[in-house]
Amino acid sequence: MKFGVIVFPGSNCDHDAYHVISKHVGQPVDFIWHRETDLSTYDAVILPGGFSYGDYLRAGALARFSPVMNSVKKFAQSGRFVLGICNGFQILCEAGLLPGALIRNRDLHFICEHIYARVETSDSPFTNELTRGTVLRIPIAHAEGNYICDDNTLAELQREDRIVFRYCEKDGTVTDAANPNGSRDNIAGICNRERNVLGLMPHPERACEDLLGSSDGRDIFRSLAATVAAAV
Amino acid sequence: MKAKVYVNLKSGVLDPQGKAIQHSVELLGFSGISDVRQGKYFEISLDETMDNERALESIEKMAREVLSNPIIEDYRVEIEA
Repeated sequence: MKFGVIVFPGSNCDHDAYHVISKHVGQPVDFIWHRETDLSTYDAVILPGGFSYGDYLRAGALARFSPVMNSVKKFAQSGRFVLGICNGFQILCEAGLLPGALIRNRDLHFICEHIYARVETSDSPFTNELTRGTVLRIPIAHAEGNYICDDNTLAELQREDRIVFRYCEKDGTVTDAANPNGSRDNIAGICNRERNVLGLMPHPERACEDLLGSSDGRDIFRSLAATVAAAV
Repeated sequence: MKAKVYVNLKSGVLDPQGKAIQHSVELLGFSGISDVRQGKYFEISLDETMDNERALESIEKMAREVLSNPIIEDYRVEIEA
């Protein structure tokens, strides 16, 4: 089993992701520079958070044209696992690997705080070790996390059980007050139709150690590792 | 030759920056404003060898595939001699 963390110019959560895979998942992991195109030795890749290309034009818009992204598309089409966190989620949307877009937060602020996110489905490689309805305390850190999509896409996401995380209150109730950025339907994370690509705005890699205020993010990586172990 | 590309959020998409600008200019005393939408404007200088038709085609493609995100934005291209 081998993980890769893709490094774009401006990625800044790449080391956090690497740390979590090597220390908590206990598996081999490489940094993959965005000019690489060979992903053949990997089972799962992570598109980390940060500000790829300085967020110029639109968050994630320019990273989509990095050479590695063609390989990421083929990697996803081959059924292997892709996890996009924060800026990684924005890149996956811009690249068309996930539907919708992430626009400016409704109140314009860059928000950096712990939020509560409810697991909406355990039918995904990233949440199969979690029970539906579990509330995770995970930090967010973004200015463009306001998930938007058209009515048809939203209906499709709901019908196909592809909303993986929703922002919620501590007790798990989904309310507008618990929605930090104005995301449609309180969406914090979604997966593709084949369920092997997940994008989420919260940072589970920053919530894997009690010392950092929460270790709720570990179950997401544990799920992914268990899925990969079963697949290889 | 120059191309001008205007990119704007689609009408249904919330524009919190436009709203904040509207609120501020109203506080400053500018009246009669019913809405402010913020967009992007690109000026692209083109090689003199490019003919109008080819330039329009190429810039349209650029606007559609790079400069705008069709899920949330509309664009308009103008070519200037």
